[in-house]
Amino acid sequence: MTRLTGVLLVCVGLALGAVPAVAGDGVPLPMPARGTGDQCVEPTETMRRNHMEYLLHQRDDTVHGGIRGTKYALKDCVECHATPDPRPEVTAHTLYGFCRECHDYAAVSIDCFGCHTPESTASEGGAE
Amino acid sequence: MTRYNDRPDDPDRRRLLGGALAVAATAIAPGILLVAPRAAGARMPTEPVTDAVRWGLLIDTTKCEAGCDHCVAACQTEHGWTDEPLSRPDQDAQWIRKVEVRDPRTGYAFSLPMMCQHCEYPPCADVCPTGASFKRADGIVLVDKHICIGCRYCMVACPYKARSFVHEDIEGQKAYSPRGKGTVESCTLCVHRVDAGRVPACVEACAARAGDAMLFGDLNDPESAIAKRISQIATTRIRADLGLHQGVLYHGF
Amino acid sequence: MSKRINLDHLGLQGISFYGPLAWIGLLILVGLGCAYTMEHSGHVITGMNNQVMWGTPHVFAVFLIVAASGALNVASISSVFGKQMYKPLAPLSTVVSAALLVGGLAVLVLDLGRPDRLTVAMTHYNFKSIFAWNIYLYIGFLLIILTYLWMMMERRMQPHAHGAGIVAFLWRLALTTGTGSIFGFVIARQAYDAAIMAPMFIVFSFAYGLAAFNLVIMGLYNWTGRELGSFVTYRFRSMLRLFVGGSAYFTVIYHLTNLYAPEHAAWERFILLDGGIYTALFWLGQVGIGYVAPLLLLFHPGTRDSFSVIAGASVLILLGGMAQMYVTIIGGQAFPLLLFPGMEVSSGFADGVVASYVPSMWEVGLGLLGFAIALLIIVLSAKTLRVVPDNLSNRFLDPDHDKTQAELAEERALAQSA
Repeated sequence: MTRLTGVLLVCVGLALGAVPAVAGDGVPLPMPARGTGDQCVEPTETMRRNHMEYLLHQRDDTVHGGIRGTKYALKDCVECHATPDPRPEVTAHTLYGFCRECHDYAAVSIDCFGCHTPESTASEGGAE
Repeated sequence: MTRYNDRPDDPDRRRLLGGALAVAATAIAPGILLVAPRAAGARMPTEPVTDAVRWGLLIDTTKCEAGCDHCVAACQTEHGWTDEPLSRPDQDAQWIRKVEVRDPRTGYAFSLPMMCQHCEYPPCADVCPTGASFKRADGIVLVDKHICIGCRYCMVACPYKARSFVHEDIEGQKAYSPRGKGTVESCTLCVHRVDAGRVPACVEACAARAGDAMLFGDLNDPESAIAKRISQIATTRIRADLGLHQGVLYHGF
Repeated sequence: MSKRINLDHLGLQGISFYGPLAWIGLLILVGLGCAYTMEHSGHVITGMNNQVMWGTPHVFAVFLIVAASGALNVASISSVFGKQMYKPLAPLSTVVSAALLVGGLAVLVLDLGRPDRLTVAMTHYNFKSIFAWNIYLYIGFLLIILTYLWMMMERRMQPHAHGAGIVAFLWRLALTTGTGSIFGFVIARQAYDAAIMAPMFIVFSFAYGLAAFNLVIMGLYNWTGRELGSFVTYRFRSMLRLFVGGSAYFTVIYHLTNLYAPEHAAWERFILLDGGIYTALFWLGQVGIGYVAPLLLLFHPGTRDSFSVIAGASVLILLGGMAQMYVTIIGGQAFPLLLFPGMEVSSGFADGVVASYVPSMWEVGLGLLGFAIALLIIVLSAKTLRVVPDNLSNRFLDPDHDKTQAELAEERALAQSA
């Protein structure tokens, strides 16, 4: 329900050319946590807009071409951006909270963590 | 006199079937990089794999003991597939398994590990409707789980029962080995290790804890240990009659 | 009384129409519930496993798809082979064909491990895959037969209907070839790997499709109380005899060829002698219910003229067809792969032994969803489109209807002297 409200608000906002919603008039703007380190692999604004393109391209390069160690690896997203998991029963640091912040707001479901682990290696004791 | 090519893996047949389609496929699948072959040698991890290398595995069944399953255990530890909480035993993943073979007429028996045979002409990749099943340029057969729709035709087509379907939600995957419900998976020849210059986990475990029956290497490099070995001893491929030209070779039967 | 055959839609109103429709709707809801549960929980709740990875949903789906191409027979006979008496039935024949195909495809898609990725299947093609060809064959078939239907129903387009009928006929042959080849192109399984699978599936499709179409006709005419003359039904009876006989013939040839090759002996022994449920389904289901019983009923002078017997024989043909699909699809997977010909093998993963498979209710529910969707499409089309002949009286169909016995005897004598 909150997703739907969020989408509607965004649509209304776009339609009216209004300023983005501020705290107090509905769903608060997403506030994803800062990652560790000084700087993401691209400027924050670019990442916000294009991270899915980078991941998609990287995924094909890695799976089909065996290219590894380049800068857009999902594994590295997890390492920098993992936060304490929002689910009470999970103690690990995961990417869920970070991704959910905006994805819930924009009502875009992601399909990464059906297969990829969202846990950072630091939190599980480090397997490679 | 006409001499018929009696090799079962006659590549002409493949060219016939695949040639015309390849043009379309190249244009259709921009994600697949087609790269000119380069000289054999160490590849930078940021460079795409090429067909200069052909990864292969030689399994010496004379050194493989019945009942020993260190390779299976190592694979389970490495990739995290094991008894899933809900799946029945016949629904659990089987990336590698031990098979005991016996000739009923002579009594000769041997044991071997069976896993994805990394065919040069993989039937799974032929039948896959989306191209999720594919062979990497260096011969490793993989499932691109991003585009696998879970139709299981590859499992029907595989002669070795080497593929598994994930029947339930999975948690706690290894970062280097993603697995998920509704997609098909199989031995990756430990592609994450190979890309880092290491040998597959099963090979490592067999050498460390069992009979050192597994030899991994580049079949294309005449100087590699595996290439030298297979030039000296008799080897066979399982169901060689199918002409799939697998990367996994066996010795001892 | 009507002076000719007019195409009409069902005039049913109220409970007599919405009652049966509600039952179909209920079946669809149950089926969708099963599909949702299967997708949500994963295939862990089904009987399918890593050895029998195609289960009951595939039996239903492949059966419906094969029957779909066969249901187009009647339209083909009218357009391609120019038999005028089938012309009034041609539009309904395309509707039934499209409905069965959509029902089958729905089951196939909902059984995928990732049905949410249907768009991936539409955007990533591996042109070496029979499945990928089939995606084109299925979608193309739907487009072609809907165009064909439009050309038959739109007066201005009727001159083109003949051409469209020919295209549809050729396409349906390709489609069933593709479906049969899903199995024919699998190299390593003893049950498949045979070019005969494709033509065999085409003959199966003639029988299943016509039996289904015959039941739709009888059902619709019974439901609406319209006149169904014996001429149509007896023609269908003759064709069913031929198609069921043809199916039996292909089955015999398939097994004879296998029996001759020692490498297939174990598989034949499994299906014909000691395969348990698969042997039983083969002999009792595919052969007994599917071939022997219908042929006896359709040929025996004491039974062959009864409409209810012909309807019953059609039901038996469909049941036998389901048994055939079960034996082909599930039996073919349950039989162990031959890893080391001539050797005994064993492992912790059922090498060398027959794999077990027990259907779950979720799978059956999903399979029945396919039938329900097909029925819904047929009923709604018949209600809204003018595709149902208002009568199929012998007066209009039988060219000999108005001739006296003397005239008929004269014709027979002429034919003999010729």
